[in-house]
Amino acid sequence: MAQTVVDLATNAASPPPPPDPTAALSLRTLWKRFGETIAVHGLNLDVPRGSFFGLVGPNGAGKTTALSMATGLLRPDHGTAHVLGLDVWQQTLDAKRMLGVLPDGVRLFDRLTGAQLVTYAGLLRGMDRDTVRQRTDDLLASFDLTADRDKYVVDYSAGMTKKVALACAMIHAPGVLVLDEPFEAVDPVGAANIRDILHHYVAGGGSVVMSSHVMDLVQRICSHVAIISSGHLLAVGTVQEVRGEQTLEDRFVDLVGGRKDGEALAWLQHSSA
Amino acid sequence: MVAAFVRLKLTLMANTFRRSSWQTVGFVVFALHALGIVVLVTVGATAGGWLAPEMTGELLTVIGAVMVLIWWFIPIAFFGLDATLDPQRFATYAIPRRPLLAGLSAASIMTVPGAATVLATLGATLAWLRSPAALATALLGAPLAVALCIIGARAFTTALASAMQRRRSQEILGFVFLALMLGLSPIINIIAQRMDGVEWTAEQVRLALVDVSNVVGWTPLGAPWGMAEAAHSGQWLVALGRFAIAAAALAALWKLWGRALTRSLELPRHAGTKRKRIKGLGFFDRVPATPTGAVAARASTYWLRDPRYSGSLLLVPALPIILLVAARTAEEDGVIAPILLTLAPLVASVFGLSIHNDIAMDHTAFALHVATGVSGRSDRWGRALPVLAMGVPVTILFAVLSTMASHRWDWLPPLLGLSLGILASSTGVSSALSTRWLYPVPRPGDSPFKQPQGAAGAQLAAASATMGLTVSVSLPAFILALVAFLASDPMAVIFGWITLVVGLAIGALVLLLGVRWGARTLEQRSPELLHRVTSYGA
Repeated sequence: MAQTVVDLATNAASPPPPPDPTAALSLRTLWKRFGETIAVHGLNLDVPRGSFFGLVGPNGAGKTTALSMATGLLRPDHGTAHVLGLDVWQQTLDAKRMLGVLPDGVRLFDRLTGAQLVTYAGLLRGMDRDTVRQRTDDLLASFDLTADRDKYVVDYSAGMTKKVALACAMIHAPGVLVLDEPFEAVDPVGAANIRDILHHYVAGGGSVVMSSHVMDLVQRICSHVAIISSGHLLAVGTVQEVRGEQTLEDRFVDLVGGRKDGEALAWLQHSSA
Repeated sequence: MVAAFVRLKLTLMANTFRRSSWQTVGFVVFALHALGIVVLVTVGATAGGWLAPEMTGELLTVIGAVMVLIWWFIPIAFFGLDATLDPQRFATYAIPRRPLLAGLSAASIMTVPGAATVLATLGATLAWLRSPAALATALLGAPLAVALCIIGARAFTTALASAMQRRRSQEILGFVFLALMLGLSPIINIIAQRMDGVEWTAEQVRLALVDVSNVVGWTPLGAPWGMAEAAHSGQWLVALGRFAIAAAALAALWKLWGRALTRSLELPRHAGTKRKRIKGLGFFDRVPATPTGAVAARASTYWLRDPRYSGSLLLVPALPIILLVAARTAEEDGVIAPILLTLAPLVASVFGLSIHNDIAMDHTAFALHVATGVSGRSDRWGRALPVLAMGVPVTILFAVLSTMASHRWDWLPPLLGLSLGILASSTGVSSALSTRWLYPVPRPGDSPFKQPQGAAGAQLAAASATMGLTVSVSLPAFILALVAFLASDPMAVIFGWITLVVGLAIGALVLLLGVRWGARTLEQRSPELLHRVTSYGA
């Protein structure tokens, strides 16, 4: 049965357990406030090692904020994040070495060619030239970008841009991949390729945390899922546990609410005229 | 439509103030400065017009022409234009061209420089309080003058930006400046010749002013200002002619702007790269395979490919021409030689200053540096080294050229010491301050002329702080160099070599400390810096 988490942070009587050192990702009472808005509201979350973990929630739920705090991109107001037992905000460099990150909504150094950009990510990680060259070639081939390797990233389509950013996140063979909306704007063939690559990665012992708002996709490819809304964790567990007898989408709508009946925009009906 | 644009512009401005107190402070400082100038112009014009109307009229023509010139060329060379209401954003709304242009022009007045120009122009008409006919003409000329400023600035930046999207930016801009310089050089020569042997009495100055204002009054720059002056002295035909010139220029600029805008709206919003491919990895194959090397390769690639960087070096190719022109005059009387000596230090500081806001230039692509946990040292050195690699040879070249032109080889050591010292220390200061004082810049791929809302004040503050710090740390080298330039022979040579040693030593020290301090700040604050550039909008 789905373990529905009542907001642990506000429940002062039972403090959250200490971070799980065996987890791929372990967040404890993570808070972030932007001005008046509380984006993440005392989030506790454990991502088991070797899982393909989906983080879902409506727009503005705090997914990106939570993942940014978990990967060292955004300093939390309060709380901790551990990656494979390493504190992201204390042992920052060690934790970042374990992490491959695909942030959402950030630019790339797009005046570089695809091959240059992936090489850049590898060299920034301090890898040697031969390894970087080998892996860049492999990654570009896997993501079907070999033909466009010498094209500038600014001229890439949205889907190609996503793929090259994903390649940048994977070049140092991280233990945990944190991917914010990895399938957005990717065509079906590209998405299937990415899915294969990620499944292969998980089968080889890696862990994937990805955010998405496409429920079907998460239900199909993820082993675990967490639903968050307004910065609160609503449900977490294996996909089977969370969705029970329903589809993940129905379960999500039940938990989050907010469905409208869709007949309000009568004036948009051109045929009725 | 015009009212809607003005309202939109004011709303956006108010929202900026709500979001950032720093930008508000910058805005207030900037506005107070501008207000000071407006008051100065108004009081000066009123008093001058009361006491000496002819001379005031001539003076206003010349000053007004300079103001128009500033409006036209400063945005191209340095600041860009306020792009709060970027016409690209209205592309989907099907607004006809004429109301669009009118609305954008009206919104341009709702900026500090725009409002100051309107007020100063109105203030200047007070010079004609004693002559109603001239006052009426001045009031007719004033809107023409303001329109020439604003529409001219929009027309030139839009035309140039859309030209730059299609061809290599540096070539275009280099060409524009070359043409400008070549056009200016005969003028400089004529002035220099006429000045030769003239004793500067008050009467001479007065005559020169009459000459200049007579010429300038017939150019589009001075015509709207010269109308009132002509009316005052009863030359109605002259006033009419100048009106015609101003109106014709305005019409031409309006047309140019409209055409350029239409063309730019048909092009993609962000500049692509002309689908040109390069073979291999470029700089990435030529640097050591370290994080520092990688950052240096990336920065070097951007110097070549991103007009926001290459544009900051615009003046460098134009400088040798100024040098040549000045040198020709210098041969005759040796007065210009000191000006030649400022070129190498200036070029050096342009290089150092070019990375004083480097993280904002990355925009959110900086996330890659944060995510990979690249060390502050690698980040800072990687950005500084390409600047030094380009700056050192160019600075040496300029130092050698300017000593050559001034026939004073004994000046080479102090000049090298001073210039290379400034290159190193300005790079060091930039490396440190760019981790603290960020301000919004045109986004990657945007035209370098599109300035984000509220950035002008911040840019001014950050650039002058960087410059000021560089100058103060270089002060010992400045003083030593001055002694070397002014002292007589044995002392001059000795101080020359001392300047070389001291200049280089200070430069190296400031560079090392600046990079180290910047690296430490970067490591402590990289998430905050990323958050800051994210707040500049996607």
